[in-house]
Amino acid sequence: MSEHHGYMKALKCRECGREYPLAANHVCEFDFGPLEVVYDYERIKKSLTKAAVQSRPQTMWRYRELLPVANDPTVGLQVGFTPLVKADRLARKLGIRELWIKNDTVNYPTLSFKDRVVSVALSRSKELGFDTVACASTGNLANSVAANAASAGLKSYVFIPHDLEHGKILNSLIYGAKVIGIKGHYDEVNRLCAEIAGKFGWAFVNVNMRPYYAEGSKSMAYEIAEQYGWRIPRHTVVPMASGSLLTKIQKGYQEFIKLGLVSETKYAVHGAQATGCSPISAAQKAGLDFFKPVKPNTIAKSLAIGTPADGFYALRVMRDTGAAAEDVTDDEIRDAIKLLAETEGIFAETAGGVTVGVAKKLIASGKIPRDDSAVLCVTGNGLKTLDAVDGYLGKPREIKPSLREFEALLAQEERVNV
Amino acid sequence: MPKKVRIPTPLRKLTNNEELVEVNAATVGDAIAELQSRYPGIQERLVDEKGEVRRFVNVYVNEEDIRFLQNKQTPLKDGDEISIIPAIAGG
Repeated sequence: MSEHHGYMKALKCRECGREYPLAANHVCEFDFGPLEVVYDYERIKKSLTKAAVQSRPQTMWRYRELLPVANDPTVGLQVGFTPLVKADRLARKLGIRELWIKNDTVNYPTLSFKDRVVSVALSRSKELGFDTVACASTGNLANSVAANAASAGLKSYVFIPHDLEHGKILNSLIYGAKVIGIKGHYDEVNRLCAEIAGKFGWAFVNVNMRPYYAEGSKSMAYEIAEQYGWRIPRHTVVPMASGSLLTKIQKGYQEFIKLGLVSETKYAVHGAQATGCSPISAAQKAGLDFFKPVKPNTIAKSLAIGTPADGFYALRVMRDTGAAAEDVTDDEIRDAIKLLAETEGIFAETAGGVTVGVAKKLIASGKIPRDDSAVLCVTGNGLKTLDAVDGYLGKPREIKPSLREFEALLAQEERVNV
Repeated sequence: MPKKVRIPTPLRKLTNNEELVEVNAATVGDAIAELQSRYPGIQERLVDEKGEVRRFVNVYVNEEDIRFLQNKQTPLKDGDEISIIPAIAGG
């Protein structure tokens, strides 16, 4: 009898198509191309119907057949199904007919979309028999690996650039993870982790577990499609670091079309970067199908990857879906964080500022037409990057506990506001 | 005086499981050719038909990406260490 793999068939090289067993392996021996999970869609189609999905708990695991675990998941059972918020006030500010926020600032348990990929990676790591998990991270992934490993009883090592936001560092330490700060930027952390992963028998979620890990991002697309009324939105705006999320959002939409869960429709998946680290958007704007690596310099540290591993595929998705890319400066990022908070009551981290800021530009330039509808993927919580807005929001006014003082303050305020 | 090349796991089948290999080459491109003469088949794993380093292969000299240096023409000096690393995802 063959080993049980659930709905997975194999790992396959995206470049040359060579197939590999469903092990902890991320790279093709022949051309170093990334490996991707192949599924048995015929079987999935029989099991994953709208009625079946709607009968299941409201978590990302309601699409379980399309997520790469052999058995029922064991880590992160509550992750996902975050709100899709109709953002009418922000829509008016940006001058578009209809706007939605996919709000992963409230994802469970660590307030970013990374809980999606980590619950898949750790569930699969346990299936493969690992007791230690690790990651290279710009912060959010480290938080999620640390928290989910703690709840699953796994040991964890997280490797981060040493100069990350204070909140992101504490948010990993609190769970008892071994946190290693590397004196370098993320691309250097990544390079070191590739070397470490080859040497120690650990499940590195974004190195040797990457084929499984990356598939977790598709759940964001499934949720958007379901919450949008089993339809695919005409425009989706996605932040890009390695470019992986953007490619997986498109893959998720494509799978729903293939399975007949939504009807085939024209859609575009637009990419958002920070100007201080914009290798993918720069290439897209120049019409290139390859990117030039850069040294990051931006407050959007969660997106600060200068050598984006999925940059080629992200460029291809944008070209194939007729999408655009854009980037925004640090000041534009802060303004967009404030705009989202003031119009919709959602406090996003810097990557959310990038997404909203880029959406504003794409609407202004007509690349997203004003009479259309768009979904913005807001992937992380502002409470984790307080450093980015500290000093830009003014200060509370202080008075004595006296009614007279308060009335004086109000009167002064009215004079100012008139 | 030799330079060292750190061989990544996926290629060690070709180098009889050697992790660290010494070369005398003067540039990164020459180092790849020297590896090929000693471990036939390794070159096509690293460079494509046009002779360019494959897009999912990252090559570093002393921890600096050769795309920030002079790519395959990057000169090597005694004691330099070359790392060959597959691109990996982030975040």
